[in-house]
Amino acid sequence: MLETIIILVKVWAVLLTLVSLAAIMTWVERKESAIMQDRLGANRADILGFRVIGLFQPMADGLKMFFKEDFVPPQGNKILHTLAPVLAFFPAMVTFAVIPFGNVLNIGDLAIKLQIADLNIGLLFILAFGGFTSYGVVLAGWSSNSKYAMLGGLRGAAQLISYEVVLGLSLVGLVMVYGTLQLDRMVLAQNELLFGFLPAWGIFLQPLAFLLFFPAAIAESKRIPFDLPEAESEIVGYYTEYSGLRFGLFYFAEFVEIIVISALVSTLFFGGYHIPWLYEEGFAFPWGWTWELPHLVVVILRLAAFFVKIAFFAWLQVLIRWTLPRFRFDQMMRLCWKGLLPLVVLNILVTGLILLLAQN
Amino acid sequence: MPNIDYAKLTVDYRTSVQKVEMGLWEKIYYPEIIRGLSITAWHFFRNMTIHTLRAFGMAREKRGAVTYQYPEERRPVHRRYRGRHRLTKKEDGSERCTACMLCETICPTDCIYITPEEHPNPGVEKHPRQYQIDILRCCFCGYCVEACPCDAIRMDTSVMELSDWDRTRLVYDKEYLMRDVAGPGAPPEYAPPVWWLK
Repeated sequence: MLETIIILVKVWAVLLTLVSLAAIMTWVERKESAIMQDRLGANRADILGFRVIGLFQPMADGLKMFFKEDFVPPQGNKILHTLAPVLAFFPAMVTFAVIPFGNVLNIGDLAIKLQIADLNIGLLFILAFGGFTSYGVVLAGWSSNSKYAMLGGLRGAAQLISYEVVLGLSLVGLVMVYGTLQLDRMVLAQNELLFGFLPAWGIFLQPLAFLLFFPAAIAESKRIPFDLPEAESEIVGYYTEYSGLRFGLFYFAEFVEIIVISALVSTLFFGGYHIPWLYEEGFAFPWGWTWELPHLVVVILRLAAFFVKIAFFAWLQVLIRWTLPRFRFDQMMRLCWKGLLPLVVLNILVTGLILLLAQN
Repeated sequence: MPNIDYAKLTVDYRTSVQKVEMGLWEKIYYPEIIRGLSITAWHFFRNMTIHTLRAFGMAREKRGAVTYQYPEERRPVHRRYRGRHRLTKKEDGSERCTACMLCETICPTDCIYITPEEHPNPGVEKHPRQYQIDILRCCFCGYCVEACPCDAIRMDTSVMELSDWDRTRLVYDKEYLMRDVAGPGAPPEYAPPVWWLK
């Protein structure tokens, strides 16, 4: 009974955090893009005269979408048209279930694992549900009965399937190094030290894998420079015929994906919730200093570190989205199959070679 | 750096587009992407620093954005900007206009309507009983100002918000046009040497 309650509380907390972070991301995207373009950005939405640097803008957006007409094209497939945004939104949300956001919280005799589901195939789970997002795109394109939406859906299908390959293969090196698919064990392994001082983060063990994983992940989230399924200035995209809250769900899924990708990158390559040289008992620096900390402080510090890492990568993704232009479709495909894929295979080969040499 | 090597330029005669071949440095994308990101990130951090400093009351003279927050913050208008018209006044507060009809005559859009009247002072010939400008027709050419021999009409108010909910209110009458004052930086009014213009 207690276990069920704990799990429900964890699910509730993670869902709430994820949704509110995604809502804040809509504000972050507006403000960050404005500030880097020497503008101020949305600052007009106010409640009783309070503007709070535009933080009410997500509410205004949500309210606007709520009151828009919910339109289904008369010749379209009504069931699939309703199902598509759900299929785009659900996988993005559910991926977060296997991402650990802390180690173990001890309250008295109770040991609470700060992760919803500690699957031993966590990485496969993420890749499987990452592949699931393409259904939403394709079905949205097809069920709208619109040429533009169809083009967007087909582009989305081709792009997502291509980059799925790179996404999956770039993680094979990591799996070989850490010897596990369980994200929790991967994160724990990243707190050990290399050469006595460097934390064994994925970025130091697999730098090339990070450089290949990150663009592939951005391509999976369908944002500039890989926003060809949407490409609002050439074809309006796979959600051309969507309006109101159904469009809002697509829009929201994009921001949830930013958070999930940030969490994934920090979990796999940047030590997850770990701070370098912070262990269960406190800090132990490689030059000999130690600083003991109570258990609760360590847990909170790690949670904060995970949030800071997520925030940084979310910031970086928005920066990339507002700096680069869009690829042409053939350029994007060439980059995937002729650029990233050979490098990914090379990465696996070199990793295997080094591991073999290290064993002997 | 995108230094254009003109020896390497190939001209496609079908489109006349000059193409620059990408070298290996550009083809691996990452260095150039990082270069672009560093430019935008530099702008972000510089502006963020200025915004943060301004929030604590420092660096008031610096601006973190090039945009103007319009209704609260207005762009300075040039002193030669042709805004809404105004009728200048004599020292006693009456209109300077002598109803000579030059502005009404020269107006290319026929938006000025003057009803002349004999002036109560026998030394002055005429003055307008009514002076109307239909601002909906006005094309802001400024000919009326140039034609006026008495410096009686000017467009130096710097007022540019000429909208209303009601068309009838956009036909300005004499009293309305005499209420405005000169905008900032407008040249001083002409001081007439003749006593009856004062």
